[in-house]
Amino acid sequence: MIPWGETRLVQGNEAIALGALASGIRFFGGYPITPSTEVAEILARRLPETGGVFIQMEDEIASISSVMGASLGGAKAMTATSGPGFSLMQEGLGYGCMAEIPFVVVDVMRAGPSTGLPTQVSQGDVMQARWGSHGDRPVIAICPTSVRECFDLTVRAFNLSEEFRTPVLLLSDEVIGHMRERVTFPRREDVRILDRPVPETPVEWYEHYHPAPSNVSPMASYGSGYRFHVTGLTHDRQGFPTRRVDEVDEKMARLKNKIVRRLDELVEVKTHDVEQSRVVIFAYGSVYRSALAAQVMLEKKHKKVGVFRPVTLWPFPDREVKEYLDEKDVVIVPELNQGQLIHEVERLTSDCVRIVPVQRVDGYEITPEEIVQAAMEVM
Amino acid sequence: MAAILPYEYKYLRAKKKFPHVWCPGCGIGIVMGSIIRAIDSLGWTKNEIMLVSGIGCTSRMPVYLDFNTLHTMHGRALAFATGVKLANPGLKVIAVMGDGDALAIGGNHVIHAARRNIDITSIIVNNFNYGMTGGQHSPTTPMNAVTATSPHGMIEPGFDTCALLSAAGASFVARATVYHVIEMDGLIRQALEKKGFSVVEALSPCPTNYGRANRLGDAVKMMEDMRDNSVTVTKAAKMTPEELSGKIVRGVLAEREAPEYTDLYRELCERVQGKAAEVPK
Repeated sequence: MIPWGETRLVQGNEAIALGALASGIRFFGGYPITPSTEVAEILARRLPETGGVFIQMEDEIASISSVMGASLGGAKAMTATSGPGFSLMQEGLGYGCMAEIPFVVVDVMRAGPSTGLPTQVSQGDVMQARWGSHGDRPVIAICPTSVRECFDLTVRAFNLSEEFRTPVLLLSDEVIGHMRERVTFPRREDVRILDRPVPETPVEWYEHYHPAPSNVSPMASYGSGYRFHVTGLTHDRQGFPTRRVDEVDEKMARLKNKIVRRLDELVEVKTHDVEQSRVVIFAYGSVYRSALAAQVMLEKKHKKVGVFRPVTLWPFPDREVKEYLDEKDVVIVPELNQGQLIHEVERLTSDCVRIVPVQRVDGYEITPEEIVQAAMEVM
Repeated sequence: MAAILPYEYKYLRAKKKFPHVWCPGCGIGIVMGSIIRAIDSLGWTKNEIMLVSGIGCTSRMPVYLDFNTLHTMHGRALAFATGVKLANPGLKVIAVMGDGDALAIGGNHVIHAARRNIDITSIIVNNFNYGMTGGQHSPTTPMNAVTATSPHGMIEPGFDTCALLSAAGASFVARATVYHVIEMDGLIRQALEKKGFSVVEALSPCPTNYGRANRLGDAVKMMEDMRDNSVTVTKAAKMTPEELSGKIVRGVLAEREAPEYTDLYRELCERVQGKAAEVPK
């Protein structure tokens, strides 16, 4: 089913489906929406072959809810959607974070707002991914830039969700999702698949939300013999609703700390010639590909620029941005939105660094030429 | 008040979660008692019961019961329940919801769960209003009734829950009242035993909000009204439409045999895997 070690021509969304299968997905609940639909279509065909469940639910709220139910029942679970569907899933993402349920949500970003340009690319959901659900909560979101990465980062998304017991977002975009590339798949033995730790304590001692050892406790499944309560209400270690200040504080601190105290394991960036350059392009998703092309084009004009790419969009790579970008003359931030991550870059760099936006919201890619032009104006 | 029977006590998280949140005179606890007695009579173990709810007064029920319990988002009990059931078909999945939870915000999920005929038992406690938020009108509030958001009288007709879910494809549909509690025990038991999507609508008084706003008297008076204004299916069959007007019909309103979703899914997997084995790639 997975072409381990082989070379194939594969579409981005197809690679996501294959990554999910490689991770051992047992449940997909989804609702058709362009440009993510291929993920559902492929899994509808493939999951029954593995004995896993594919179900098309009645809407995106039902999709994410069924995914959470399945995960609590012990299945690795995922859904895939795009802009309007992602908006509908926001309450569920908050629930998943609060109830500490591992699952993966793929958002293949398309141009909004509203129905927008359903078949065209954007990066308009980056801030929604971070702040779309009510209340404070940590978010893990990672962003592929190639078809091979659609596979790799889907595996990583499942691993992170199982390890941290939290929803993980894979923020792809229409260009990456629909692009076909020649992909050499990794060998089976080179891919690490993580499963959630399960409790070994006697049933009567089990706490569904015990803080030890690393703020993430082993997780029992429904039907395993451990009986427990799960609620979106703020809860104690056993999962029962509480308003006791010490218990509420412990829960909220733990939700945050389980992420922020392990940033080293979570946050990943890629840099190309950043150290040697006074001008750096900060880019992610499909735009990163244009940034790399622009770097080559500028090199031919004897202009040296670096490229900085956050692989992890959330938690935002604060330390890395400070370390690599705060001393630069210019940071060019091309984004397929009216300015989302540019504000994070601004937040982390001093006033001496000139931040140059390159933005498009017309449904088309930012071309390498547009980035080159922006660079030439400041160099 | 009657003493809690030992076998009922066995199913409660008695040391942890009581006292409960329900108001004096509320009928939800009676429905909870019926669910316990029905499960006990079937001899099912606590480990195999999966109790799922949404948000609202009724949806607080799972926290009190020592089963596998899941208190989800408003309206989404059946969507979560669908996921748990498919991931773990061996679990006996029960969804408890109020009228607003099941039929307004969760209306889409309830009709689709019925259409799929997935093996989940839904207990919909209908008290004709949103109790937890202070008595606003719901999809079952009768015409002309006064609630916090229909202060001048309700001008929307209410759903007939049982007719709706019967039409949507449920395998078993029944209506009970908390006054006729032994009858309700039996109907819930039948619903639990029935393969496929089964529904029991349990009518229940909300004297604190709905009853007070409509001057329906105290909890006892509201219970007496359930007694006086309802008839069994058998009796209803012998009555004229005029005699039936304004009466609540209790009992099994629909029952049919239809393929169940998790069975069909398992068969689909076997069929697909058989094909895959025959035709090597």
